[in-house]
Amino acid sequence: MTIGDLVFSIVLLTGVVLGLLAGVGLHRFPDVFARMHAATKPSTLGLVLVVAAVAARLDDSSDTAKLLVVIILQFLTAPVGAHMVARAAHRAGGQMSPDTQVDELSEVRVDTSARGVPPQP
Amino acid sequence: MDAVITTALAGLIAGAALCLARLLRPGSLADRIVALDTMLTIIVSGVAVGSLLTTDAFLDLLVVVSLLGFVGTITVARFMERRGP
Repeated sequence: MTIGDLVFSIVLLTGVVLGLLAGVGLHRFPDVFARMHAATKPSTLGLVLVVAAVAARLDDSSDTAKLLVVIILQFLTAPVGAHMVARAAHRAGGQMSPDTQVDELSEVRVDTSARGVPPQP
Repeated sequence: MDAVITTALAGLIAGAALCLARLLRPGSLADRIVALDTMLTIIVSGVAVGSLLTTDAFLDLLVVVSLLGFVGTITVARFMERRGP
């Protein structure tokens, strides 16, 4: 096993462990906001580690370019998606864990759970 | 080296299975969409790793799946804002 193989294995398995931890965190964490915290680990760092390790071992440079596009798209879309889900969960009256200390958004909260009220921009 | 790749695939499958269990478990809509998004990301990683084992990998799939996951997340989030949890 060469040094390159060793680095490949470590990077790949680190990304895999992040994916596993996210699966565990989705079950163990108390509310949706804490679960989102666990879920962001494989969607940014985990994916980059795994895809970069794979891209370094592929021979075809067009395949490497495709994997690079995946990383860039993920970095553009993951924050937007997380923001939308968190805002929607909060506005829809998402239950928070009793351990939550601060909820600054509650002061400016727009309650859309009542029917017929359009969400404010 | 094949052992490392197989281990990685097994770990990714286990992670995706945990996300699927969270998706099927009773919970709020937000819980489910977070689980679905995470599962799709892990699947993208898994297909990338699987491409090391075959010669005719289909990597265009990864771009489509990751964009589809994003569009699905946005759609359900918009839906949830209007309808409630």
